[in-house]
Amino acid sequence: MISLHYFAGLKEQTGVSEEKVDLAGRTVDELWQWAMDKYPDFQTGAARVAVNEEYALPTDVLEAGDVVAFIPPVSGG
Amino acid sequence: MKAFEIVTEAINPQVYADLVLRPEAGAVTLFTGHVREWTKGVRTLYLAYEAYVPMAEKKLAQIGEEIEQRWEGTKVAIAHRIGELQISDIAVVIAVSSPHRKTAYEANEYAIERIKEIVPIWKKEIWEDGEEWIGDQKKKPEGELK
Repeated sequence: MISLHYFAGLKEQTGVSEEKVDLAGRTVDELWQWAMDKYPDFQTGAARVAVNEEYALPTDVLEAGDVVAFIPPVSGG
Repeated sequence: MKAFEIVTEAINPQVYADLVLRPEAGAVTLFTGHVREWTKGVRTLYLAYEAYVPMAEKKLAQIGEEIEQRWEGTKVAIAHRIGELQISDIAVVIAVSSPHRKTAYEANEYAIERIKEIVPIWKKEIWEDGEEWIGDQKKKPEGELK
């Protein structure tokens, strides 16, 4: 399983901050397809994806146990 | 007290200045970012900050490493506060020490620009008649891809 984290506006769209999903073996791009099917308000390009606390590429493959986060545009400072 | 951290309590900037002060430092720049009441004519009541804490602390430390590599002889400490912040509260503090002042100024500005690019922290503005998560202040998709 993979744990998925949502923050800020994306968390308000999903209604949860975290969920476990069975997406090991899928790419980050395929994760986006999955997320957009489940959450119609999601849009590719509206967030970056981090895998194990590092920004990931669309072609990166998810592995069991990965901690994955959708990172909407940041606004710290 | 860590040199790169996300905190939930009020920030005391002096703590971070002390963390970077060394005998070889002739300059310490200490930047504090505060909650602003008026933004483009809209009055903010207060702000709510959220962070992906472990990644945010890692990215703050990365910014410190970038600075220490780019400007030799610098030392950096950064803290960002999350939770509900009131007008004039300190949201972020950046302390940079270096042998000479020019470097300390430049490196400090670099740090705040990088925070706005790569550190997973989000700000929600709460107004009298609504609220909104703020994003894309820089309109720069850059960021590092792994």
